[in-house]
Amino acid sequence: MPTLTVDGVEVTVDPGTTVLQACEEAGAEIPRFCYHERLSIAGNCRMCLVEMEKAPKLVASCAMPAGDGMVIHTNTQKVKEGREGAMEFLLINHPLDCPICDQGGECDLQDQSMAYGSGSSRYDELKRAVSEKNMGPLIKTTMTRCIHCTRCVRFATEVAGVEDLGAINRGENMEITTYLEQALDSELSGNIIDLCPVGALTSKPYAFTARPWELSKTQSVDVLDAVGANIRVDSRGKEVMRFLPRLNEDVNEEWLSDRSRFSYDGLKAQRLDTPYVRKDGKLQPASWGEAFDVIAAKLDGVDGANIGAIAGDLVCSESMKALKDLMDLLESPNIDCRQDGAALTTENRAGYLFNSTIAGIEEADALLIVGSNPRHEAALINARIRKRWKMGNFPIALIGEQVDLTYAYDYLGAGPATLKEVAEGKHSFAETLKKAERPMIIVGQGALSRNDGAAVLALTKKIADEFGLVSDDWNGFNVLHTAAARVGGLDLGLVPGENGKSAKEMLDGSLDVLFLLGADEIDVSNLESSFVIYQGSHGDAGASAADVILPGAAYTEKDATWVNTEGRVQLGRRAIFPPGDAREDWTILRALSEKLGKTLPYNTIKELREKMVEVAPHFADIDQVTAADWGSFATEGAIDDAPFINPITDYYLTNPISRSSRIMAECSTTFSKVKGEGTGTNG
Amino acid sequence: MSQVIETGKAFEFTAENVEKAKKFIARYPEGRQQSAVMPLLDLAQRQNENWLSKEALEYVGTFLDVPYMRVLEVATFYTMYNLKPVGKYFLQLCRTTPCWLRGSDDLEAVCKNKLGITNGETTEDGMFSLLEVECLGACVNAPIVQINDDFYEDLNAENFEAVLDKLASGDVPPKGPQIDRVNSAPEGGPTTLLEKTEGA
Amino acid sequence: MLKDQDRIFTNLYGIHDWKLAGAKSRGVWDNTKALIEMGQDGIIDAMKESGLRGRGGAGFPTGLKWSFMPKESDGRPSYLVVNADESEPGTCKDREIMRFDPHRLLEGCLVAGFAMRAVAAYIYIRGEFVQEAINLEIAIQEAYDDGLIGKNASGSGYDFDIYLHRGAGAYICGEETALIESLEGNKGQPRLKPPFPANVGVWGCPSTVNNVESIAVAPEILRRGEGWFSGLGRPNNTGTKLFCISGHVNKPCNVEEEMGIPLKELIEKHAGGVRGGWDNLLAIIPGGSSVPLLPKSICDDILMDFDSLRDAQSGLGTAAVIVMDKSTDVIRAIERLSHFYKHESCGQCTPCREGTGWMWRVMQRLVSGDAEVEEIDMLINVSKRIEGHTICALGDAAAWPIQGLVRHFRPVIEERIKSRKASKAA
Repeated sequence: MPTLTVDGVEVTVDPGTTVLQACEEAGAEIPRFCYHERLSIAGNCRMCLVEMEKAPKLVASCAMPAGDGMVIHTNTQKVKEGREGAMEFLLINHPLDCPICDQGGECDLQDQSMAYGSGSSRYDELKRAVSEKNMGPLIKTTMTRCIHCTRCVRFATEVAGVEDLGAINRGENMEITTYLEQALDSELSGNIIDLCPVGALTSKPYAFTARPWELSKTQSVDVLDAVGANIRVDSRGKEVMRFLPRLNEDVNEEWLSDRSRFSYDGLKAQRLDTPYVRKDGKLQPASWGEAFDVIAAKLDGVDGANIGAIAGDLVCSESMKALKDLMDLLESPNIDCRQDGAALTTENRAGYLFNSTIAGIEEADALLIVGSNPRHEAALINARIRKRWKMGNFPIALIGEQVDLTYAYDYLGAGPATLKEVAEGKHSFAETLKKAERPMIIVGQGALSRNDGAAVLALTKKIADEFGLVSDDWNGFNVLHTAAARVGGLDLGLVPGENGKSAKEMLDGSLDVLFLLGADEIDVSNLESSFVIYQGSHGDAGASAADVILPGAAYTEKDATWVNTEGRVQLGRRAIFPPGDAREDWTILRALSEKLGKTLPYNTIKELREKMVEVAPHFADIDQVTAADWGSFATEGAIDDAPFINPITDYYLTNPISRSSRIMAECSTTFSKVKGEGTGTNG
Repeated sequence: MSQVIETGKAFEFTAENVEKAKKFIARYPEGRQQSAVMPLLDLAQRQNENWLSKEALEYVGTFLDVPYMRVLEVATFYTMYNLKPVGKYFLQLCRTTPCWLRGSDDLEAVCKNKLGITNGETTEDGMFSLLEVECLGACVNAPIVQINDDFYEDLNAENFEAVLDKLASGDVPPKGPQIDRVNSAPEGGPTTLLEKTEGA
Repeated sequence: MLKDQDRIFTNLYGIHDWKLAGAKSRGVWDNTKALIEMGQDGIIDAMKESGLRGRGGAGFPTGLKWSFMPKESDGRPSYLVVNADESEPGTCKDREIMRFDPHRLLEGCLVAGFAMRAVAAYIYIRGEFVQEAINLEIAIQEAYDDGLIGKNASGSGYDFDIYLHRGAGAYICGEETALIESLEGNKGQPRLKPPFPANVGVWGCPSTVNNVESIAVAPEILRRGEGWFSGLGRPNNTGTKLFCISGHVNKPCNVEEEMGIPLKELIEKHAGGVRGGWDNLLAIIPGGSSVPLLPKSICDDILMDFDSLRDAQSGLGTAAVIVMDKSTDVIRAIERLSHFYKHESCGQCTPCREGTGWMWRVMQRLVSGDAEVEEIDMLINVSKRIEGHTICALGDAAAWPIQGLVRHFRPVIEERIKSRKASKAA
């Protein structure tokens, strides 16, 4: 533990700490541009220079390991001049076009120029101009502003695992670009916008739409996959202007995936902003009263066994709880939150969670991926796997579709037969798992949403049980969900009751009344004979089949709870109001229940949440993961030969919001072209 | 705007160059084949009329399993990789102080007046390209022009024109000093190493 | 004057056979096994005693540098890397060693590599030296064929390989960590230190980077004895040295001389004197482009070694003497160097990437006189903001020539500005 002195303050730091970090621990602020704690050290901006006694020159504090007995000064005249010099050099070729730069108001160069610059320019020569570089539909470049810190290049190569970004030429002609100006093909590309300390890389969709000081900032969570990335919703008036990631070391660190970051224009398109009732075969706008009357009339006298409900992928726990309670009051056993038919049950919570936790991936020492492409299904979890892989000694194997995951793995096979070999210890990777101290398995929905899903699940459980994946202080069994609603739905018991029908069975048209709560990833072609009520935010598959539409709120428009794939309970918060006559979802169900004479027993969201906690106590532990006890689940059975098929065919178009987004549509077109796979929608 | 030129024609090493490439790779420890990116780019350039097309760059990347972006970074960082076609005789004229002190301006004038080209240009007949370069490392034989692989030293307007004339007529004049002098020994003969030493 | 018998590079001018037979007749590879039998410590001690300081420019004691290499391997191999990226303007000595005496370098590689427990040497030669690389390749093959290197090199029981790696045009690769990056197949951008190459060098392994001349003289030092070498020159500035004399002399040349030879003697004895006579001398740059120039007044009696030149606020550098007579536009001479550094900056760190271009542009205006007198001080201030603030020494090297110019020739610059203003007014 080296002890050093910073500006007269003694500080003891962990071995491996840099002088910059030690200075911060001692309370000294060190300016920087290139340094970023999640990236390798470049030491190129020279802004973090400090004076170290006995060193002939100023040292770059970001790159200097803290040593015992070092005496550091951060506030001497020499340091001040060093910083002023670095600032001056950074600014001489910088355009100073702040009034037309989207980074204005949240620019490191602006801020540090104010704090450490000299305030005037001595540069009388012509400034350098650099041509803009195409990086695709998401990233806007103004490379004249680039200060060559290489954060973007380091992020792409190190974190995102794509080698498309680099710095060509040399000296003052050095330029950051993608290879031959192709679009940056990564699900994490938007993070380089956040990392860029200047306005060289900005958001193309957000360009010139807002200034940071005009925006209301709401802390919330993302629901476009099951990771539960923490986000900040920046809104102005009725509009969400952008999403930014919020720091959460346990979930998303400080990253956000592109679909989650850029789908926001989908919040403004295809919206259901008034109730609709089908009259003469056509959906016609209606009042809430009319819509409820039609539903009440339809339900009158219908037996519970002929009513069913399916909850979709983005819905909040509150509305699912209300739906479940309403179905119970209607005496219907037909309810399901598994649109895709995943063979997951509620008998053991550990049987459907990502038990290792996302941060726990960094502790693991072997990984088997089954029927999943985590890069598309949970890009940030994939980034965590890559992070662990880069540390070394992390054998990874995959059974399923052979795709580029940005890290190396052993490809074992395509389907359940290979999985069975591993489970029976007949495969060499079984040895690897056995030898590992903290082995983990990730089971994707591609392995579970099949007719033999239960048997596949049982095989994975067998692997977990027999190869030491579960021990007192480690649970290496992980289900990777793609739907933000799924774990919450299972926690709240949204699975068929006794003699109840599954989602697939409900979709065959045999029910009199089917309630779709945000359910859009379903086949609606056989619902002619069912009366369909669709409650949700977007006019997508579910609404197209509806007889009555109840307009709900998108995730940015309500205070609500989601449970991520780890089982982490997180709160989303309302940033803007739902459009038109749309309402927060639980209140719709509460009002409908009253109309039906089956009034739900809560008047406030607080009361509703208390009911949730009664069913599942962990709902009280916000932001926490409550470890689930390992127990029995899944039943062994016959497997078939069909290979695992990953659930996501187009990363950019997985849900009604993203499908309504023009930005996502453009990404879909662009990146399927890059990959040479034809047109976007079949991506 | 792209820095590299796509020819539309596939590039691949000749059988002989494949063998050479493998020998280069074998010089470095296993798994460090990226070290061979420079020798392989040089090999590709020599096979491709002294310049590197997009196809050649990507061929080298694929050959070594190095991402194209990393190959492009190297190809644009070092000055000896030509990313556009050059003339049959590639003149690299040193302009750094030791050559300048001894008349490199005169050589530049020869290029302009005799060949009609300035820095970065190629003669219309494709015979000569001129690139002004920094110190070539033969300063006691200044001024110097490197023509393809060879140094032509101790030049002046007159003998440089003679060299160019010979090249234009299809001859290759002897490289090295263009005045009466042995390598880097003083003109008129060495001042040292005159005693009969062992083996000399 | 150094006696011929004390000269190491006896084929400096390429008059004799450079291949193995010729080299052997000049004493190269003469019982190299005996040198290796001195043992690692014996060789390093002898090198320390000889007083040899690195011939690449910085003058770091060679034996001491070798001693930094790990004595026991932690599983990683160690490497010797020979810096043959000779690119410092004015310098052309290593070229002569490589094309006319390559075996001297190879023998040095074996001895030095053995001393630092290296498994192999990589010689990084600048790309423009095509003929030199061809000669070296031939010499390496001859050495392998003759059992001098490879398995049981020279019968010593030590296995040692030598490989050649050609650069492709980048002065910065003469900086040791940039060279290592380049050897790994990357852009030649210097690394941050620590870690130093002796801990983490090429491919993450312990490495030492030495200049060609430093390595090439080692066997002869060991063979003749460290006392012979340390007896030449002055204390702390011992031995012989290759000097390159270019610019405005009557007979530019390379020559091996004793360290500490008076500059005037060096020029007059070997280079035929300054063009137009000694009194026609304006200034010299004594050690390659990176060191500040010296006006004639200092040149009259300065000695050519590390300490004397350091005391004169310049440096021995690579011992490349660039001579400028009174016909020289000294501002333009330095402006050319500023262009060189701008051209060769790798672009990695801010002060050098931005500052070298700025200084060159101001220098251009100082050449024409289109400037204000106050800009001279600003230029010096800018140079000070580069100096000492960069990852590698290229920033310093770009700053020093300009600082030297202003230190000694400020009136010339001011006069240029004034006369330009006058001609504009008229």
